[in-house]
Amino acid sequence: MVAYFTEIYTGLMSLFIGMGITFKEFFKPTVTVAYPYETLTMSSRYRGHIELVEDEEGNPQCVVCGLCEKACPSDCITLAGEKPEGGKKKVLTKYMLDFTKCSLCGSCVESCSFGAIDFSKEYNLASTKKEDFYFDLLKRLEERKK
Amino acid sequence: MNSPILLQPDETFILNVGPQHPATHGVLRVKMEMNGEYIVNAETVIGYIHRMHEKMGELKTYPQFLMNLSRMDYLGALGYSHGHVLLVEKASGIVVPERAEYIRAIMVELNRVASHLFWFGAFVMDLGGFSPLMYALQDREHILDMLESVTGSRLTYCYFRFGGLCNDVDDNFIKAARQFIPRMRKSMKKYHKLVTGNIIFRKRLEGIAPLSKEMCRKYGASSAVARGSGINFDVRKNEPYSVYPEFDFDVPVYHECDSLARYMVRMDEIEQSLRIVEQGLDKLPGGPIMPDKKPKLIKPPVGDYYQAVETARGSFGIRLVSDGGKNPYRLKLRSPTYSNMHLFDEACQGMMIMDALAFMGSLDLVIPEIDR
Ligand code: SF4
Ligand code: SF4
Repeated sequence: MVAYFTEIYTGLMSLFIGMGITFKEFFKPTVTVAYPYETLTMSSRYRGHIELVEDEEGNPQCVVCGLCEKACPSDCITLAGEKPEGGKKKVLTKYMLDFTKCSLCGSCVESCSFGAIDFSKEYNLASTKKEDFYFDLLKRLEERKK
Repeated sequence: MNSPILLQPDETFILNVGPQHPATHGVLRVKMEMNGEYIVNAETVIGYIHRMHEKMGELKTYPQFLMNLSRMDYLGALGYSHGHVLLVEKASGIVVPERAEYIRAIMVELNRVASHLFWFGAFVMDLGGFSPLMYALQDREHILDMLESVTGSRLTYCYFRFGGLCNDVDDNFIKAARQFIPRMRKSMKKYHKLVTGNIIFRKRLEGIAPLSKEMCRKYGASSAVARGSGINFDVRKNEPYSVYPEFDFDVPVYHECDSLARYMVRMDEIEQSLRIVEQGLDKLPGGPIMPDKKPKLIKPPVGDYYQAVETARGSFGIRLVSDGGKNPYRLKLRSPTYSNMHLFDEACQGMMIMDALAFMGSLDLVIPEIDR
């Protein structure tokens, strides 16, 4: 009999303790931000989709060795290059990224010994069309130049 | 007028839980044969998000498969990657620098805390309490921030490499981790007051869904499911790997066998993981995070290799059969929740449906990890 009433008492108390905690939390400062009106800065190592890195003149640093293409586990990267007339080094003519398949693993960035690709900080990428995720990185680089 | 459907006294009906159901946290389907509110028979149906990870393991080269492991269990991804890199390193004789092993252990333990926090929130939400989930996520967010600052991702990490890591930790991370530990300890007190002591919570778990030791053994259960039934087994202690023998931590074991015992094991595990992180930060040696000679082409010699690790969900085993080529001949992934879940069919017979759902929550199922 005593145990019965003790249980009711401790049970009730436990509910009040819980209420007290939620009440206290209620007056704590907000920890969320009202996205998209406010945004947070991404950490320096944040992995967005990859982007070509340019040299001082604004040309891609890529030497078209094709290592990133081979390293990618999901075949996201298609690139092409050609030797210009009289030139010695190959010049990049096409660099396509299929972001629909990319898992942001970083294999491409690591495999490039020329520092020619890097992660971007982009994350506002929502779209209803699949085509929006096929990035022409060379074109993006040109646009950045302007 | 339609006459109401009346069941005969012994007649049963079939109730489908899932594949899309808020109580299962993923696409798991449970076909329940019900007699009123009591379960006569239950059958778990899996495979709704089977993604052929094992086959991908055979088709891809070793480094290309690195990122798959974190897609198996999205809540405690690093533990799975850890098993994979340890296995391939063992098979091909790669020596990992000490600093890298320490960082791996710290990261895996932080990830375990994050996983347990999410489980805690979701479990309490299954039982009808919403606010603990929010508090748990708030703490978990701190861990994810820390992990993101090092690995670049918040959930599906691809951080470990054969031989070491792709990034080193910086002072900011160490500072943040040191600040996080006392914060988490304080939160744990709050959770115990808010949830563990709560009478409704206790009444719904105490003595419910008892799992005998024999049953756990029969189905190969591990993690809190086995440890809540008095089986003192933790891969980190019983088959030590990595730098775990260097750490001083306990394996929480409860003998009550009920849902509350499984809950208590996980809650205690958070504290133990914090202890490991603390010691790891204290002992963190300097030095490189990759061997001097980076392993270029990974081609383990012909053989059959196995590595088990303790992930947040239990004993994860990975077996590699190599024919000496660039990709594995066979890669078998033993998923812990697969075994833990199969208990459910037998254990829930005769249980009330509300208890069965609470029981399912206490198993900590992650469906993509079962289906893999
Ligand atoms: S991050 Fe990984 S998946 Fe994405 S393009 Fe690079 S190598 Fe391919
Ligand atoms: S690895 Fe670097 S240099 Fe080689 S093709 Fe890729 S981006 Fe260009």
